[in-house]
Amino acid sequence: MQHRRKFLRHVGEGGVLAALVSAGLLTIPQAWAADHSQAAFDAKTVEDAFRALGANAPAVSDAIELTAPTIAENGAVVPIKVNSAIPGTESIALLVEENPYALAMVTTIPEGTEPYVSSRVKMQKTSRVIALVRAKGEYFMATRDVKVTLGGCGG
Amino acid sequence: MGNPMRIRARMSGDVVNVKVLMNHVMETGQRKGADGAIVPAHFITKVTAQCNGKTVLEAHWGPSISKNPLLGFRFRGAAAGDTLSITWVDNKQDSRTDEAVIG
Repeated sequence: MQHRRKFLRHVGEGGVLAALVSAGLLTIPQAWAADHSQAAFDAKTVEDAFRALGANAPAVSDAIELTAPTIAENGAVVPIKVNSAIPGTESIALLVEENPYALAMVTTIPEGTEPYVSSRVKMQKTSRVIALVRAKGEYFMATRDVKVTLGGCGG
Repeated sequence: MGNPMRIRARMSGDVVNVKVLMNHVMETGQRKGADGAIVPAHFITKVTAQCNGKTVLEAHWGPSISKNPLLGFRFRGAAAGDTLSITWVDNKQDSRTDEAVIG
């Protein structure tokens, strides 16, 4: 974070990310992730988040195992697991369709790391939960309907 | 420096099984406090995990991740006795790094 701030002070015009890439401080995939991630987290809907992430109409895949409770008693803490059997899985993202901002997280899976992540998310109300997997540059998804009895965004 | 996290990293065959419990309020910025005013957003935005000089996980988070996040992941290429280091950074530029020895 500190390096980035110092660097930004020295960058006059031109693309900041391009400058960081040419300075060897960010690889192209990292620069992509940094740029796209922020816009995706500001997206309200799943469609907007998909677009910001570069996911164009992801194909539904049953090779993505998305585990979520059918009924979540407490919307503040809903356990979710994603296990991708798609070869070349590069990243796993999780979205909660009915949340104020749909995208919950994007996890990059480096070589040597299993295409698996488990987390706990807040769900404002009954909603579809979506796992979005990027593998070899292509996007796939799986969904689960989760019923929420007590909403968890505190709003 | 943020509050300490609890890391459990155990070998299961060739795979290191990791569970991390972080201590963070993960405030969405949508909630109203007791006084009726909006509680400002305060949440972890990035998590990285390193082992043997290699990044084994990198995640970008939004405020939809639950308070006191519980993160699970698995990776190969390490052995019992190696050190796993996990760092989080939040939207107020606070950060925390903790380490655990793989068991």
